[in-house]
Amino acid sequence: MRFILRRLAHAAFLMFGASILTFLFASLAPGDYFDEMRLNTQIAPETILALRAQYQLDRPLPERYLRWIDSVIHGDLGYSFSYNSPVKPLLLVRARNTFFLTLTATLLTWGLALPLGVRSAEYLGRLPDSLISWTMAALLVIPELALALGLLLFAARSRWFPTGEMVSVDFSSLSPVHKLQDLVLHMTLPLLALVLTALPLLVRHVRAAIADVLEAPFMLAARGHGIPRHRLLYRYALPAAANPLISLFGFSIGALLSGSLLVEVVMGWPGLGPLLVEAILSRDLYLVIGGVLLSTLFLVIGNLIADLLLYWADPRIHADLVAK
Amino acid sequence: MSSECMQPLIRVESVSKYYRHRRILSSGHIVHALNGVSLSVAPRSTLALVGESGSGKSTLALCLACLERPSSGTIWFGGRDIAALDEKQMRAVRPQVQLIFQDPASSLNPRFTALEIVTEPLVLQRRWKGRQTRERGFALLERVGLSAEMASRRAGEFSGGQKQRLAIARALSLEPKILILDEALSALDCSAQARITNLLLELQSSFALTYLFITHDLAMAAHIADEIAVMNRGRIVEQGVPQKLLDSPEHEATRCLVTATPQSIMTSRISGA
Amino acid sequence: MATSRHFSMRTGDFEAVLEVRNLHVAYLSRASVPSSVIVDVSFDVRSGEIVGVLGESGSGKTTLAASLLRLLPSNGKIQHGSITFQGQDVLQAEPRELESLRGKRIALINQEPSVALHPTMRVSDQVDEVLAAHEHLSRKARRERLQKVLAALFPTETERISSSYPHQLSGGQRQRVLIAQAIACGPSLLIADEPTASLDPATQREILSVFENVRRRFGVAIIFITHNPSLLAGLADRILVLYAGRVAEFGPAENVLFHSLHPYTRALLACLPPPYGTSAVNRKTKLPVIAGASPNVDFLTLGCRFEPRCEDRFERCRTSEPVAVSLANEHGVSCFKFGR
Repeated sequence: MRFILRRLAHAAFLMFGASILTFLFASLAPGDYFDEMRLNTQIAPETILALRAQYQLDRPLPERYLRWIDSVIHGDLGYSFSYNSPVKPLLLVRARNTFFLTLTATLLTWGLALPLGVRSAEYLGRLPDSLISWTMAALLVIPELALALGLLLFAARSRWFPTGEMVSVDFSSLSPVHKLQDLVLHMTLPLLALVLTALPLLVRHVRAAIADVLEAPFMLAARGHGIPRHRLLYRYALPAAANPLISLFGFSIGALLSGSLLVEVVMGWPGLGPLLVEAILSRDLYLVIGGVLLSTLFLVIGNLIADLLLYWADPRIHADLVAK
Repeated sequence: MSSECMQPLIRVESVSKYYRHRRILSSGHIVHALNGVSLSVAPRSTLALVGESGSGKSTLALCLACLERPSSGTIWFGGRDIAALDEKQMRAVRPQVQLIFQDPASSLNPRFTALEIVTEPLVLQRRWKGRQTRERGFALLERVGLSAEMASRRAGEFSGGQKQRLAIARALSLEPKILILDEALSALDCSAQARITNLLLELQSSFALTYLFITHDLAMAAHIADEIAVMNRGRIVEQGVPQKLLDSPEHEATRCLVTATPQSIMTSRISGA
Repeated sequence: MATSRHFSMRTGDFEAVLEVRNLHVAYLSRASVPSSVIVDVSFDVRSGEIVGVLGESGSGKTTLAASLLRLLPSNGKIQHGSITFQGQDVLQAEPRELESLRGKRIALINQEPSVALHPTMRVSDQVDEVLAAHEHLSRKARRERLQKVLAALFPTETERISSSYPHQLSGGQRQRVLIAQAIACGPSLLIADEPTASLDPATQREILSVFENVRRRFGVAIIFITHNPSLLAGLADRILVLYAGRVAEFGPAENVLFHSLHPYTRALLACLPPPYGTSAVNRKTKLPVIAGASPNVDFLTLGCRFEPRCEDRFERCRTSEPVAVSLANEHGVSCFKFGR
């Protein structure tokens, strides 16, 4: 229990620090949203100054930060200049879209990596292992960008898959089954891009962790007890190899909001990624800060979950050192 | 030559060692590894330290070898209290007190050759020149029964008994006054144990060594030691010559050890239980 | 006393639970020259008896234990011979049959207790796994059986131990858990390879009596492998002495320990520090040792493997290997001193 409280305190502290840094860096970047307007000679400088004052961009930095923190606590994440709407609803919608994609991708990746890795480790050095390892190595070599672009090209050329967007224009008028079908069609290629890039590394880790454990004396002892092969792998080997994998799982969760940025931008998936990119380019201050902070929150939560899982999964970590 | 007439080589007085198990927000509890231990070892003699696991034997060995600092008490060796020395002074004392561990596989680097292992301390001490170091290394290896052709083989290829010989040779290269053997024979077969024991007896007379022989094998202790000290829960509960301890043990802990020794089971079965 | 039961009986009065005949096991190295680790080993184990296998490192004892359940590493091969367990041919068994043999009818304890248990599974779960693998019982029945087994080995503190993890237990307790796993399904044969190696004498004695209890209560035959002869005194009914992968001597425990025939056995027992040693030796004097080095598996020799170190050798010993000769009291020995 003390452990959990300590971790939560860490997480809170981390978020606080992240908020300061984000605010600082975003605000210190040269220029602001209204700089574009300066190029437009028709707008008077006084107007620009007035606009700045209206959004309180002319106040000193600490004051701005405190005001912002105050509003965050009250649930208001600020105002987006470009979209002319509060930041929070914008972020939430896009975050939801990203979740659809990344959650499915994470589940698929882990769902594939575990059996592949276990099989690879089981047949270490032999044909199944070689096949899997070579395929993974080939996938690892392909850059995410190239893969995403390649898939996009495929979609455009073959016309089997839509190129971008999450749902078709006439989504709301479709029947439920067709709605699902539409979503799946749109999701397939971005999903493929994400899974194929994340898979190789994970398979390697699973393979290494399991191969290590398979050599352990307690595995031989279990075999000697006649425990059937399937149970040996999934009830004995996998839990014992879990430690490094749990840490990786924590990262997977942490990357739920941030890991798909490239794919989203390239393949046109309306998620958090494209929103953030736009916001940064147009200096939409509060949107940027809000977006970055949300991603950071997830990273921190992911790590926290990993720590808690580790604590729960391995009793040795919180073992007492009392002598017998 | 009675050992009482001579000045003891090493004298331990009321040494205690505590380990504190720390937890945040509580004072933690204290583990008493050693609790007021006093003993003395006469030069050129063998003192056997016996006791159950957890009785503090290894902790005492570490304190004597200056690898752990006692929480309180003094250890007189070479005219000064080695428990109170600072790091630099301790480094000068350490060569004189050498430790041989139970598991030779983990105390020797398996990728080093035998010669490298035995000359490493000499090289670090920079006392001898290159060729002399090698010669001395070969001589030491021979002294412990490892032939010259083994000198270039890696330690990982040696058997348990050979590894212990190597560990002993390495310890001897520093010309120690006292050798602490912490369960050094426990991991070996019976015949290897006999051979290493014989080697130790031989070396004791030719190198004028003093042994602190830590073991839970009472039979071996009785065979090789001039005196046996029994440890229990961080204290020395009984000390005396082997014959007396085996025939008429006084303390409960000693009695337990005597009856538990497999040897005694054998003897009692012979006499017809 | 337990041993006398077997002295006066003739063969055939007790049903043999395990029969090993002319077993040859070799390891294939990269150069694909096989090095024989077990050569022509024959022995039997009777129902409910404890057979001690006395062998030093390099004698092949662990290979023997692994071979009995066909658990050799990938480069080990049983070249020749037969292993019959309760009438069933182990060497010809299908993988499915083997899996049902292991843990259920023959149990093996062959690793250090501190590493033979799964680090993150509770004790009760680990024993339960063995039960679940072999016994098709309802969950309730299984739990009852589990309770019984754990209570037999941990008469006090059953609850606490059963919900503990291995790292919370002492060496002796872990060994008991291994024994619990071994007897959970009621095997007829238990093979224990150096079960007391890392324990201190008091715990060793405890574990030895646990084995005795298990034999008495459950009628399990036990093969107890060790390098320490003094552990077998009073525990084993018969003792098999293994040297360089061959049977040097095999017979009733008392005979092998106190009236040994084979020169190796005599020399080995003489190595022990007194009060046991067969020759009277004074304190702080050298112990009699076996001259020479341990046998090298890679050397192919014609004669007796112990010959280079034997004090009683003669010409014949160098040129041919002795076969087992059975003397009075079912005491067998492979040495030319005793004929043939």
